[in-house]
Amino acid sequence: MNIYEKHGWAMVPSRNGFGEALRELAERHPELVVIGADLTDSTRASYFSENFPERFFNAGIAEQNAAGMAAGMSLAGKIAVFSTYGVFAAGRAYDQIRTTICYSNANVKIGGAHGGISVGPDGATHQALEEIATMRVLPRMTLFTPADAEETRKATIAAVEEIKGPVYIRFGRAPVPSITDRDTSFEVGRARLVRDGDDLTIIACGSMVAESILAAEILESENIFARVIDLHTVKPIDRETIEKCARETGAILTAEEHQIAGGMGSAVAEVVVATHPVPMDFVGVNDRFGESGEPAELLKAFGLDYRSIAEKAKNLIKRKTV
Amino acid sequence: MKITDTSRLEEIARRVRFDIIKMTYHAGSGHPGGSLSIADILTALYFNALNHDPKNPEWNDRDRVILSKGHACPALYAVLAEAGYFPREELWTLRKFGSRLQGHPAVDKGLPGIEISTGSLGQGLSIAVGTALAGKKLDDANWNVYAILGDGEIEEGQVWEAFMAAGHYHLDNLIAIIDNNDLQIDGFVCDVMNIHPIPDKLKAFNWQVFVVDGHSIPEIIDVVEEAKKVRGTPKAIIAKTVKGKGISYMENVADWHGKAPNRELALKAVAELGFPESALDNDI
Ligand SMILES: Cc1ncc(C[n+]2csc(CCOP(=O)(O)OP(=O)(O)O)c2C)c(N)n1
Repeated sequence: MNIYEKHGWAMVPSRNGFGEALRELAERHPELVVIGADLTDSTRASYFSENFPERFFNAGIAEQNAAGMAAGMSLAGKIAVFSTYGVFAAGRAYDQIRTTICYSNANVKIGGAHGGISVGPDGATHQALEEIATMRVLPRMTLFTPADAEETRKATIAAVEEIKGPVYIRFGRAPVPSITDRDTSFEVGRARLVRDGDDLTIIACGSMVAESILAAEILESENIFARVIDLHTVKPIDRETIEKCARETGAILTAEEHQIAGGMGSAVAEVVVATHPVPMDFVGVNDRFGESGEPAELLKAFGLDYRSIAEKAKNLIKRKTV
Repeated sequence: MKITDTSRLEEIARRVRFDIIKMTYHAGSGHPGGSLSIADILTALYFNALNHDPKNPEWNDRDRVILSKGHACPALYAVLAEAGYFPREELWTLRKFGSRLQGHPAVDKGLPGIEISTGSLGQGLSIAVGTALAGKKLDDANWNVYAILGDGEIEEGQVWEAFMAAGHYHLDNLIAIIDNNDLQIDGFVCDVMNIHPIPDKLKAFNWQVFVVDGHSIPEIIDVVEEAKKVRGTPKAIIAKTVKGKGISYMENVADWHGKAPNRELALKAVAELGFPESALDNDI
């Protein structure tokens, strides 16, 4: 039994939540269509395509075309969801997303699978570590980085039902601890308080939320009380909560399975320096490409496990001035 | 290293297939289907058609090979090891943390024989066009460039931009080999996004097109020789292949695109290839 199971957390890949949401949404929204790019099972778009084959279109291995097709669907009044791995969605089709989708405010939802280093043995080419940076800089884009399968489900539903315009939902491949359930609230643009504390705040997203909870438990055993925040919406960012955490805890550590440069932590830092500057540090990938390995092994090697987070937290609070 | 004896070449290809099974089995993941479909093509290239020197991978006059369908790297790794680019034992580190044998070919790990990192489909032919263009127009080079593409892969628009550019520049030092196994991940290429007729399309882009049985090593060797002689246009070889070739339960099954066999099935594959069961675990 691993540490997550000991905690009572079931291990489920967040991509499952994306697939479940699509199936659920399809019932309520006859105008919902899904466009795939030869990765239908892997992205879990299969949960939709198997039940609603007439509303699923495979673009083949042609991500740029798929992104454009999704935008075109919106001209015909459809809500189009385009899904493939994050490297190919946000990377290969970047200009299509920028100009055709965001500039035109097309009602397109992008399901970015395989976000993060925990993609594992496929290696660097398939580990998306840049999409938070590249998607959040696009005007009109909403960016979700849910923590587990259930939150991915809710984010996907919100993307379709609450937002008219472009949304990017980032989720992962490997099973992650289910830390939320059906009753857990999900409010677009509202960071979620996971655990309270006043010595510092750890703001995390994706699989790093669970790691941060474990880090907070280690810290607690050393009499350090960390607040943990799940920043499931990187854009629009919850300025109010971030400022409040900076004010109340005096130090902010961010944790993400993504490049430190330009990522969620950078987005938080932009708010902190403009509102209530406090010492900050960042857990993330430090300007290197990913590589092959087992997910847990990689998280550890790249300093993205709960122990590394706890370590950084301890060093960070030494820099606190009050 | 030019082997002309067909039975010796077929023996190498059989070992390459065994290596693909053993590597992916011990990795617990990987892409056996599309690796097995190019085992004969790579064997024909590296042991007969290519000018290369395993002891001097950066030899300036070498032919360049770009594995555009990077996920099939187990086949390439096996052939490179067999040719002597690196020790065979290293094959069993495929996809493991710290290995030079990454899940997709990576130059940053320094594995000899890897020209460039691939794995994001559709990029290799453009690279080959650039290399061929430099060789032909700037260096008057006597080497050729080979790009190996999947048939699903040519759904990528970039591939057609590259086809166009190669035709435009009359790159007769460029040979594209299309692994026409009819399958991609989501099923048959003709069902997912039809790419046919490939020969007519390529001819319209000013390519000379050859079609060959991609599992007949002597025929592959002959067609490459013939293609090398053609001047004035880039050349495409459409290799008719079977995804999963050589392993009964993998042949023509899309599901074997990207998963490793379990122990039972790996042993079955080893037996079908004529190796003793114990070979699966030797040197591990
Ligand atoms: C740009 C890009 N999109 C998607 C993928 C995921 N992917 C890996 S292999 C593959 C199918 C490839 O099919 P094909 O080219 O026919 O190769 P083969 O069947 O010979 O293995 C896909 C979609 C990728 N690696 N790169």
